[in-house]
Amino acid sequence: MDVWLQQLLNAISLGAIYALIALGYTMVYGIIKLINFAHGDVFMVGAFLGYYAMLLVDGTPLGANPWTKLLVALLVAMVGSTLLGVTIERVAYRRLRNSPRLAALTTAIGVSFLLEYGTIYLRGAQGAQPEAYPTLFTAHLDLFGATLKMDALVILVTSFLLMIVLQFIVQNTQTGRAMRAVSFDMDAARLMGISVDRTISVTFALGSALGGAAGVVYGLYYTSIDPFMGLLPGLKAFIAAVVGGIGSIPGAMVGGFLIGLLETGVSALGFSLFRDAVAFIVLILILLVRPEGIFGEHVREKV
Amino acid sequence: MKLVRWAFLPLLAVALVLGGCGGGAGKGNEVRIGLNLELSGQTATFGQSAKNGARMAVEKINADGGLLGKKVVLVEGDNKSEKSESSSIALKLIQQDKVDVIIGATTSGTTLAMVNIADENKVPVISPTATNPDVTVDPKTKSTRPYIFRACFIDPFQGEVAAKYAIQDLHAKKAAVFTEVSSDYAIGLRDAFKQAFTKLGGEIVAEESYQKNDKDFRSQLTRIRDAKPDVIFLPGYYQEAGIIIKQARSDLGIQVPIIGGDGFDSPKLVEIAGASNMAKVFLTNHYAADDPDPRIQEFVKEYQAKYNAIPDGFAVLGYDAVMLYADAVKRAGSTDPTKVKAALEATKDLPLVSGTITIGPDHNPIKAAVVLEYVDGKQTFRKKVEP
Repeated sequence: MDVWLQQLLNAISLGAIYALIALGYTMVYGIIKLINFAHGDVFMVGAFLGYYAMLLVDGTPLGANPWTKLLVALLVAMVGSTLLGVTIERVAYRRLRNSPRLAALTTAIGVSFLLEYGTIYLRGAQGAQPEAYPTLFTAHLDLFGATLKMDALVILVTSFLLMIVLQFIVQNTQTGRAMRAVSFDMDAARLMGISVDRTISVTFALGSALGGAAGVVYGLYYTSIDPFMGLLPGLKAFIAAVVGGIGSIPGAMVGGFLIGLLETGVSALGFSLFRDAVAFIVLILILLVRPEGIFGEHVREKV
Repeated sequence: MKLVRWAFLPLLAVALVLGGCGGGAGKGNEVRIGLNLELSGQTATFGQSAKNGARMAVEKINADGGLLGKKVVLVEGDNKSEKSESSSIALKLIQQDKVDVIIGATTSGTTLAMVNIADENKVPVISPTATNPDVTVDPKTKSTRPYIFRACFIDPFQGEVAAKYAIQDLHAKKAAVFTEVSSDYAIGLRDAFKQAFTKLGGEIVAEESYQKNDKDFRSQLTRIRDAKPDVIFLPGYYQEAGIIIKQARSDLGIQVPIIGGDGFDSPKLVEIAGASNMAKVFLTNHYAADDPDPRIQEFVKEYQAKYNAIPDGFAVLGYDAVMLYADAVKRAGSTDPTKVKAALEATKDLPLVSGTITIGPDHNPIKAAVVLEYVDGKQTFRKKVEP
């Protein structure tokens, strides 16, 4: 019993990270129908920004307490990623908004490489080497024979808080209403006096901020960060967003936790060798039954 | 990523065929040593250390008047810790740079990726630290690869030393094995350990696997914890091993000893795992920096003065691999590959830093291994095991 509880805890904390990244994919897709392949690298940049922020505050009063240190890292990572995300949209995607979708997608892949190798270049000679995140929390709780680490708790609390804030912004604010309107019908929204460019920038800002935060909690949890760390989690989070229903915020969360559960579940049964294969076969089956994803809406093309 | 790289291979082959006849610097008054090493990527500290060691050896040889009166030149290539990249670096070194020998690579997978190229082109390869037996002996035909040599012991021996240490010194009866299945090195080590451990009366209670670049090992570790082993054998490399040790110790509270092979030997291991989690972590290795042997102490002192770091096993063997080649060239009186190959095969009782070596019939040196334990995050000598 305690083993399964342990595996469940493992699954939830892994799923929370996937969910955080998946939100960025799903929001951007929902509003401009673009799969932002650079998002996994925004997550990577966030992890590095958080890491350097922690190094900076070491030895100052802010660095003395693990909670303030975490807060500083999260803030720096989120602000930095926000700026990065908004810049990427402004420079690389905006002028392609009315081009064929493939052009924007290809550009996104280009931006992704630029961020990866740009990071390596900026870090100098040992640019591609992993960096070890400082350990902030060592405490852990024992629940019925399973261990829950403080880090895992921090991941869960941070992720859920961010998701609640996001849901609130999207559902209960003017900006959120504008975002929903633009994703529903861009031209009609423009006619209603909504500034489409600004709304899209805000969407990128929010998604990237979440990605940056995910980078910090990821680093905290898995210790090792490197310039290519965004590749696999990014891909899996993208799939999580698709399975949940691309464009749907609750869908991204559910999809993220689902992948976390599947991966951990397959390993827990002793098939760690086939972990990704089995997890993705299940996801394919889900998509065969519901092509639009779990929460996705089936949009009819108007002729 | 992988796909993209493969797509370039045919292009690369064409480029090499076209450029193969033109390129290449003049030689004759110099001995050219090619390095095919992991200077970036998953196991970059291995390549960096081996490069430092090789550079030190070349400087020493040149200071003593070179080889056969010629200056020794290093041509450095970075295989990015990728097998496909290792093949292209080997081709470039042979066809464009016209090297006399290739020193590298530091891991078994990347070395295996170039053995056929080197044999076809009759260029000797000396790997400092590729420990998988298949590197020098073709597993299908059971014949020794003519131009491939190494400066280190092989995995069956390393796995045996780990198993013996677990049973005799750590008094373990039940072992769990957690292997990186994308690595030739780790699989070789796993098989050797399992065989030796069960032969000595131990029992393997859990077997789990992971892949290169994985980050989350908690579900496999939970299963391992459930099997209640007395020791965990962890054949793999430092980048993942560091995360595994951290997750085992601090996430799941697994406190039993963890033993690894020379793939642990990187300063990054302690950084990634966190020094507080490194209690009862052991590794089998090629040499111990705190071994009182004067040859080793002299090397450590020189290396520290030059690079401001304690040399790891990769640095020592990078140095030794160059010295092994230099000795063979001196005895052959030429850099002609067939003569050098014969001289390498006849190497007997050659005193190197990592031990006195004799090359056996399968091109493997016969030499001792050491077991080290991490004490306060530093490797500490525990035991020397002769073959």
